[in-house]
Amino acid sequence: MLLRTASRRVASAVLVTPVPRAKAPTRGLRLRVVDHASQSAVPPDAVTAPEAESVLRPLYMDVQATTPLDPRVLDAMLPYLVNYYGNPHSRTHAYGWESEAAMERARQQVASLIGADPREIIFTSGATESNNIAIKELEAAIRPDTSLVSVMTVNNEIGVKQPIAEIGRICSSKKVYFHTDAAQAVGKIPLDVNDMKIDLMSISGHKIYGPKGVGAIYIRRRPRVRVEALQSGGGQERGMRSGTVPTPLVVGLGAACEVAQQEMEYDHRRISKLAERLIQKIMQSLPDVVMNGDPEHHYPGCINLSFAYVEGESLLMALKDVALSSGSACTSASLEPSYVLRAIGTDEDLAHSSIRFGIGRFTTEEEVDYTVEKCIHHVKRLREMSPLWEMVQDGIDLKSIKWTQH
Amino acid sequence: MAAAGAGRLRRAASALLLPAPRLPARELSAPARLYHKKVVDHYENPRNVGSLDKTSKNVGTGLVGAPACGDVMKLQIQVDEKGKIVDAKFKTFGCGSAIASSSLATEWVKGKTVEEALTIKNTDIAKELCLPPVKLHCSMLAEDAIKAALADYKLKQEPKKGEAEKT
Repeated sequence: MLLRTASRRVASAVLVTPVPRAKAPTRGLRLRVVDHASQSAVPPDAVTAPEAESVLRPLYMDVQATTPLDPRVLDAMLPYLVNYYGNPHSRTHAYGWESEAAMERARQQVASLIGADPREIIFTSGATESNNIAIKELEAAIRPDTSLVSVMTVNNEIGVKQPIAEIGRICSSKKVYFHTDAAQAVGKIPLDVNDMKIDLMSISGHKIYGPKGVGAIYIRRRPRVRVEALQSGGGQERGMRSGTVPTPLVVGLGAACEVAQQEMEYDHRRISKLAERLIQKIMQSLPDVVMNGDPEHHYPGCINLSFAYVEGESLLMALKDVALSSGSACTSASLEPSYVLRAIGTDEDLAHSSIRFGIGRFTTEEEVDYTVEKCIHHVKRLREMSPLWEMVQDGIDLKSIKWTQH
Repeated sequence: MAAAGAGRLRRAASALLLPAPRLPARELSAPARLYHKKVVDHYENPRNVGSLDKTSKNVGTGLVGAPACGDVMKLQIQVDEKGKIVDAKFKTFGCGSAIASSSLATEWVKGKTVEEALTIKNTDIAKELCLPPVKLHCSMLAEDAIKAALADYKLKQEPKKGEAEKT
């Protein structure tokens, strides 16, 4: 009885109702169903597979190759795909804390099954990777004539865009390999690996509204770029990355990329407008606010502001119903402020006062207005509590004070 | 037989099914930054934020920390003729734990004598606010602020004594 109900639940969960391609992002349930009948080269039986649930299929006797998902496992995963989507390494808000709590609960479950201490369990992308970690070689074979330039396309902290096309041109003329980490750029700004002469590119799924745990690497074929496989095993992915490819995850990555291609221009226009609105409103209402990063070569969706005389983490605590991030030392495990801000020459006290606002495809104008209003209110309040603000109001030059070190 | 199987299945299901995620009240070992409600309370319901007259003989001012470190606390005490602290005010540039530590410090020094206030330890502050290990330095700075304010007050009393001796 219970088993039959379980299988019915699986069937209903798997059934995909084809929906016409949504024009604007919808609030509430953030699942986007991509109608893959239209453009992709996917063979027709893939489209009709859900309907085939009702038709007789073979008994499955190949559990050594793979196993179906237990419905109770799906139940456990689903909330973390729909609602509790925080990054477990985000230290500054509830989304991150609840994700981290779930990760640690899972670690305990794995450990108790094999009688181990949870501290002895490390998560990976799969067993093949785990095998490789276990027997990893420390020396990689590097030929003397190999050299590589690696640059981020869009910086994740301040949103600055690097001049990728120029760097590509220089590398190509000097016969040097060019790699770029495009995690924050793919699907947000136009990229072309041939125009920009990119040899290697890293792509992340969960940065472009796709699932976590999956990413991709672009490796140029003409002229051929040879890479050394990090993990060996069954030779999957042309021998460059062995390990079972996780179908649900890569389906998600592919759909995310297709959607991003369709929505890129609209998203960029909308996000630019919202970013402009946020910055203008804040700068007009508060003095002594600095935007970190070149304002011209900048991706609009990543705004990093320093509010002088107010410490970043205290502002995050005050803005408790908005999930934000800060470059302040207090929010990092090492108590060191952001290395990015230090690299662009930001004063240390302003580095402690920085907040990063992220605007995305699903951010609404109401959310921006609410955040701006709360931000202005709490910055004013925290400045009233700040001895530095008081000194500046009294006309004291903070740089002239001899501070105590402890 | 079926009932036993169903029972086992139900137990397995409830073991696997994660309970509704609730933020734990206290996480001492986990690295996650949790704003303990006591810490948040000091920001949302501030007490003793402000300034006393720096030039007054009965006011001791302690200014500790540095903006480059992300932590600056100013703590002021007002002492009556009998050596009892009757008022205290603070202002802090720092994280939530730093604000709460200095706020708590002003609450604790009020009503104490100058000697009693010297006994306030950072470990007591940290325990009261349930500060995680990574935030202990905030409570240490609050203790430094109290001591700096008391030292400043004592210094202000010295010339008075010297003058009394001279005459």
